[in-house]
Amino acid sequence: MTDLNKTAADAVQDAPRNPAPAGDPFLSVRDLRVHFDTDDGLVRSVDGVSFDLHKGRTLGIVGESGSGKSVTSLAIMGLHRSKRAGITGEIRLDGEDLIAAGPDRVRQLRGRELAMIFQDPLTAMHPYYTVGQQIVEAYRVHHPQASKKQARARAVEMLDRVGIPQPDRRVDDYPHQFSGGMRQRAMIAMALVNDPSLLIADEPTTALDVTVQAQILDLIRDLQAEFGSAVIIITHDLGVVAELADDILVMYGGKCIERGPAETLFDAPEHPYTWGLLGSMPRLDRELQERLVPVKGTPPSLINVPSGCAFHPRCPYADLTGGRSSSELPVLTEAAPGHHAACHLPVAERHRIFAEEIAPRL
Amino acid sequence: MRRSRTLALTAAAAAVVMVVTGCSSSAKGGSGKSSAGANDANAGGANAAVKNIVNASDKKGGTVTYEMKGTPDSLDPGNTYYAYIYNFSRLYGRPLTTFNPAAGEDGNKLVPDLAESLGQPSADGLTWTYKLRAGLKYDDGTPITSKDVKYAVERSNFAPEVNSNGPTYFHDLLVDNPDKYQGPYKDKSGDLKSIETPDDTTIIFHLQHPFADFDYLVSAPQTVPVPQAKDTGADYVKHIAASGSYKFESYEDGKQAVLVPNTNWDKSTDPIRKQLADKIVLKMNIDQATIDKDLLAGNAQVDLVGGGVDPQTQAQILRDDKLKAKTDNAYGGRLVYMAINSKVAPFDNIECRKAVQFAIDKVAVQTALGGPIRGQVANTVLPPDIPGHQDFNLYETKDNKGDEAKAKDALKACGKDSISTVLSARTERATEVAAATQIQAQLKKVGINVEIQQFPQGKYLTDSAGAPQFTQDHNIGLMMMQWGADWPTGYGFLQQIVDGRAIKPSGNSNLAQLNDPAVNKLLDDAAVNPDRAAREKIYGDIDKKVMESATYVPLTDFKVFLYRPDNATNIASTPAFSGEYDYLNIGTTK
Amino acid sequence: MFAYIIRRIFAAVVLLLVVSAVTFAIFFLLPRFAGETTDQLAAQYIGKNPSPEAIAAVKSNLGLDQPLYTQYWNFLKALVSGAEYKFGPEPATCHVPCFGYSFKNHLEVWPEMTSRIPVTISLAIGAAVLWLVSGVTTGVISALKPRSIFDRLSMGVALAGVSLPVFFTGALLLTLFSYEWPILDNLEYVDFTDDPLMWARNLILPWVSLAFLYSALYARLTRAGMLETMSEDYIRTARAKGLAERKVVVKHGLRSALTPIITIFGMDLGLLLGGALITEQVFSLKGVGQFAVQAISDNDLPKILGVTLLAAFFIVVCNLVVDLLYALVDPRVRLS
Repeated sequence: MTDLNKTAADAVQDAPRNPAPAGDPFLSVRDLRVHFDTDDGLVRSVDGVSFDLHKGRTLGIVGESGSGKSVTSLAIMGLHRSKRAGITGEIRLDGEDLIAAGPDRVRQLRGRELAMIFQDPLTAMHPYYTVGQQIVEAYRVHHPQASKKQARARAVEMLDRVGIPQPDRRVDDYPHQFSGGMRQRAMIAMALVNDPSLLIADEPTTALDVTVQAQILDLIRDLQAEFGSAVIIITHDLGVVAELADDILVMYGGKCIERGPAETLFDAPEHPYTWGLLGSMPRLDRELQERLVPVKGTPPSLINVPSGCAFHPRCPYADLTGGRSSSELPVLTEAAPGHHAACHLPVAERHRIFAEEIAPRL
Repeated sequence: MRRSRTLALTAAAAAVVMVVTGCSSSAKGGSGKSSAGANDANAGGANAAVKNIVNASDKKGGTVTYEMKGTPDSLDPGNTYYAYIYNFSRLYGRPLTTFNPAAGEDGNKLVPDLAESLGQPSADGLTWTYKLRAGLKYDDGTPITSKDVKYAVERSNFAPEVNSNGPTYFHDLLVDNPDKYQGPYKDKSGDLKSIETPDDTTIIFHLQHPFADFDYLVSAPQTVPVPQAKDTGADYVKHIAASGSYKFESYEDGKQAVLVPNTNWDKSTDPIRKQLADKIVLKMNIDQATIDKDLLAGNAQVDLVGGGVDPQTQAQILRDDKLKAKTDNAYGGRLVYMAINSKVAPFDNIECRKAVQFAIDKVAVQTALGGPIRGQVANTVLPPDIPGHQDFNLYETKDNKGDEAKAKDALKACGKDSISTVLSARTERATEVAAATQIQAQLKKVGINVEIQQFPQGKYLTDSAGAPQFTQDHNIGLMMMQWGADWPTGYGFLQQIVDGRAIKPSGNSNLAQLNDPAVNKLLDDAAVNPDRAAREKIYGDIDKKVMESATYVPLTDFKVFLYRPDNATNIASTPAFSGEYDYLNIGTTK
Repeated sequence: MFAYIIRRIFAAVVLLLVVSAVTFAIFFLLPRFAGETTDQLAAQYIGKNPSPEAIAAVKSNLGLDQPLYTQYWNFLKALVSGAEYKFGPEPATCHVPCFGYSFKNHLEVWPEMTSRIPVTISLAIGAAVLWLVSGVTTGVISALKPRSIFDRLSMGVALAGVSLPVFFTGALLLTLFSYEWPILDNLEYVDFTDDPLMWARNLILPWVSLAFLYSALYARLTRAGMLETMSEDYIRTARAKGLAERKVVVKHGLRSALTPIITIFGMDLGLLLGGALITEQVFSLKGVGQFAVQAISDNDLPKILGVTLLAAFFIVVCNLVVDLLYALVDPRVRLS
């Protein structure tokens, strides 16, 4: 195969994925804070997160459980219902602030402009209604003028689109009659039935078999290409975003600690926590015994967040900051073009450690 | 002994009543002052209906409602053994004789009903003849004949496989056929030869032995006429042929019965019935609390069972003088007593029996039995509402509270320092057990050690206290018991419990096993003596003789506590029916 | 499905047979172990001081002199093929299903018992409607606003309702509304077909007192169920679709939360149809429960058998209906 034979599509894939577009972002999150008032104290689940997302692009939000990634996505969906949840900041969708908007307005957007897929498709679908009924319901909420017949046709079409065989028959099946992968496909069909502009996938593959995982990720990528929507993938697994995301945001203790384009973040990660995540990423080219070195220690309490850098109790390099890491809150600073990190280690020191100690082990 | 639901009621009421009595004595003091002034002229005040007919009235119309807890054994006059059905059944059925609808002693008077006069005994006392009144009809207009009375006696006494509820006095007293009469259901063509009906208005009974109380016997509803053609056996209760002033409009088993005036009943044939109410409703299976509330609210006129209000209502009434003025605390024709087994050592010695007589504090026992409202301290076997009763006390102690010194003396005379024996009581009757416990404590003080043994009441007479061999084997020297008569005469009351010839190996009611030839002879004399006054004197004498033998320890004369609503008329408590109101002429102003 | 129903009906018949045999055994064998003789048994159905002839007559007439298995066999035979009894001058036919004649008053058991079913059904169904509506509504509102004043108040009342017995609440209602302020006095069962208004009027107090107990129970059950269901993932999915909250609650939440309640409801209703003993007693309703109480206090075997089987029948039927309903509601049950 020669260069001459390269098709346009191949060219796109070879190029850095989706160059950052110009213009206003479709989704713009500024200083988002989600705090929960509990009997034990104030839980700062999300504490000042900001990011932008353009249409047609994919953002991966990565972090351990409890890092605030799911809370962020539910805040965008407007699904925090508890009176004890205090949400501040800005979530602008196409210029409209969702936090300031009333719950009815957000409800109108939900399912139409904003759609979401959840981790476990078995529990996320109602066991008493057929897959078709649930998709039809999602469609008719936002298309009240559509007849049942039209809605059903749409459901069959969507099931077909997500690769369910014999969709006109399976549409009347109940969720428990589907396999795990098929259920997630059906969930995706349900989420996409109204052509949403933003799709949030919260750990979309965690509950699935490894082989099925890849298929689902492929499906999301294909559909995104087709619909041109913005996608947020939330995961604890860097491997998942490695395949899909244009940009990556790493969260720790409710804060964004590193943010940047996928390539640079994978090639030159700035934050020691990200190094740890990369180290725990399963890779096919690594020996089995070396794989999966988890980040040592436990995730921080969100009520009594460690002073200074929240990661410092677990950070092997904390003593290199001259005590700043335990007393001073690090701010996000640009380490490379478009690549920000919140770390007290001097940039040069970080690059040295990565190059000398981390990269060889990856 | 006619069964009365009061027993069960008192038993259930036990604990509460004991608390209540505490209040009742004080309430009594208060009401004593006010009862004269508080009540209106018509209501008559507390216990007025024990002496007179209260709210006497001839006002017609309205619905009289009777309510009852549980269900009757049967409304079939030939298949019942409850005093209140004996009483109630006279509304739709006329026996040969019945009791005068009046209060107190007047209520004990026997009057002819279906018969035109009381029975005519033959000189030898073996034949009793009754003449029916002229012009008697059933509710369907067909005439009533003496054959129907004969048939009624046959079906109620000789067909235990169908009509098994009632007593069988006629069966036991009448001369049987030579080949044993099988009853009208099994022997359709035959009949009982000892009842003759020479014509449609005459009926003659042939007895095995003289029986002076025969007029009382025929006052039972078993002589209410039943036309053979209409008798369907057990089903007869659903369409009873009425001979009284009322007939059945409807009957639903276990639910209710509705009576309406019998248009074929002729006032001229009936000097005692008034036919006042337009309708009489009997509601069954009503909660006792509801019955009491309905009485207080005037929704119902009569509690059919007549056992008295429940303990809570009793307490409520005793607190309120106005309510108390509308109550009657009447004798129930029943003695609560303890029998001393004269065949179990050392009680075969009269001195040991006397020790028991003296040792008992009857006031404390009365309290255990529910207090003065539920019974008066008794010292004689015959209750005060039975004709022939005489007041005497052979074992006097100060205020009836027992005398340890006298008891110990008697014990010494018996040659004993201490006695060990068993006292039996019925498990289901809480007050009886409470009284037994009280007696146990009292006897212990004088050196008589008593162990209480409880037996189920269903087997009390058949297998334990009423089985002499059993009492012998188990050293049962003392036995708790109650006794009421089937008809209010000394004979009816005494015969079963003091006649030595009535002692049976099982089902024995003569618990003391008293077999005194003098007593037996007196009973025989009374049975054949045609003079009522003479008979009543004999009953008093028997009572004394029995008490001299010290075999019975009378504890209390049972009393009922009844409430009479303002809107009920012709209310009279009658000893003929265990102190119940006489149901014959109760009307309503409602 | 059809085979399933047949199987269930067959099982039900076997169960009823077992119940009848056990009842029979309890009735005859237990007293016998306690030393009671057949004579004593027979004597219970006769007046005081029964003569030996009367006992013998009643024994043979009631069949008590036959071996136990013969008696049981005769009972079963009469059930399916009727019987003839002689409690009068002419033999009477006992029609199928013949539960025999009462030992006590010698009346046919089946018509006596069935005449009481309308009362019990009226009581049970009316109360059930009341408690379902009030209990489930209260439970749902409480669950949607947990820890609110409504929630705390209603759960407090519910606790009282669960702990207060019917003979207390019933007697209280009766005292207040029939006697103190006689708005609902002279309560007496009237057939629905005769006068629906009076039927309802006279049953309101029993309904309320019975429903109070149960709605308290159901409010707590519903609340717990709803709280659990509303935290399910599929509720979040429903919200993510943009469904109105009411629809989320009713269509997605309540439907799941009600499923276990159906099971309990079926059991409760089945039990009640077998006789609401205490309520019927307090309000003097002539229902199956009172019939049962009477039968037991009379030690009247044919009545006891009849009412036991009737109660068992209702429970079996209600359970069958519940299972079918369950399959209807939950496709996982239906299709597995």
